[in-house]
Amino acid sequence: MKVHAPATVNEACEMLARAAAEGRTLRPLAGGTDLLVHWPSKSAAHEGEYLDLSGVSELRPLVWRDDALVLGALTTYWDVVREARVAAELPLLNAAARQVGAVQIQSRGTWAGNIANASPAADGVPVLMAYDAGVALRSSGGERVVPLSAFYTGYRASVRRPDELITAIEVPIRSRDVAVFHKVGPRRAQAITKIGVAITRLAGSGADRWRIVANSVAPTVVRCREVERLLDSGARITSAGGFMPALQADISPIDDIRSTAAYRRTVMGRLLYHSLLGACSSVV
Amino acid sequence: MACEDGRAMEVRLTLNGKPVRVEVDPRERLLDTLRYRLGLTGSKEGCGEGECGACTVLMDGVPANSCLVLTAQCRGRSVRTIESVDAKALGPMLASGATQCGACTPGVVMTALWVKENPGLRDSHTLRELMAGNLCRCTGYDGIIDGLHAWVESDARSGGAA
Repeated sequence: MKVHAPATVNEACEMLARAAAEGRTLRPLAGGTDLLVHWPSKSAAHEGEYLDLSGVSELRPLVWRDDALVLGALTTYWDVVREARVAAELPLLNAAARQVGAVQIQSRGTWAGNIANASPAADGVPVLMAYDAGVALRSSGGERVVPLSAFYTGYRASVRRPDELITAIEVPIRSRDVAVFHKVGPRRAQAITKIGVAITRLAGSGADRWRIVANSVAPTVVRCREVERLLDSGARITSAGGFMPALQADISPIDDIRSTAAYRRTVMGRLLYHSLLGACSSVV
Repeated sequence: MACEDGRAMEVRLTLNGKPVRVEVDPRERLLDTLRYRLGLTGSKEGCGEGECGACTVLMDGVPANSCLVLTAQCRGRSVRTIESVDAKALGPMLASGATQCGACTPGVVMTALWVKENPGLRDSHTLRELMAGNLCRCTGYDGIIDGLHAWVESDARSGGAA
């Protein structure tokens, strides 16, 4: 195992560029809460090379711009829980953060790490995607911002190039009249998600207002675009089953250690129906 | 800076209020540095996956699972362990049935101490939510929550611990 410890973003990007040029994999490391699970027994993982970001202080702060909340790559769930303005303006971030593990994980786990680790069960990702977040990727060649909804390309795969570092997550502040987050696990605390869903609707009367994002029901956290289209069309849904044809196209759950495909499908339809029953009586 | 297998990595941190310098393998977890390099065996390993909380320490004043932290990442940080706690200061926690077999207790105490020392947390969180990262298989939790409740309500008498 080799640990590289840059002090600045520029230095981190140079290290990534050099590794990429030499064909080496350098894995960025933030809070380590995914990596270190059962660490002593994972000797193969020890062999890798890591880019320890913990000394890059410029990545830590959470910053409010006029039009967006910008989470640094080292901003933790706990940082967001403690920021009262988040609960007021982007309440789903607060709701999701409080349901990741407990404080011991919230204080170490980062939003950017959750995105980069690319688990389909990632708890921080659905709410960010439902808020139209963008992922800022920096390399020694420059910076680009990719919509989070276009970030994943498949199971544990993303558009991030090996020479790029996630430096920030930009969450635009827009007026929304529906915002719901549900996580279904075996119990409230310390549970990994069986099915999760984040729902938002932009206020106003334009098209393309709904965002329906689910985790643990597809190879990646996924936007349910058919369900979004159905809702944007103004259709009235009169039962949980009314979502199933659209969901059939949007999600592809599997049987695994935590749940079954059938359970996930059924509960996903019910989560949507009952969430909207509570939040938006014009739809259901 | 970079460090490889077999080559010790120098880490300077503040441990229980005192500056400490250790040379560690880059793979080493904070829990193992505490227990096997520094002899601070109060922090326990339960699950090794960040679920049970028996290894809880305070990092820069906030609870963290020391089984999920590389010691190499503790450069310049402040770490507080159960060894810093004066048992006499735990007040009602000692008399409420908050402990039985004791395996979870060091972690429970560190999280409870954080709750006790940060009263503002109770404005936004319930005690059960704050303690949710510390699993206990003996007490059924009521003893822990009752003891913590009595402790946080007894500010004037017991004061802060250690």
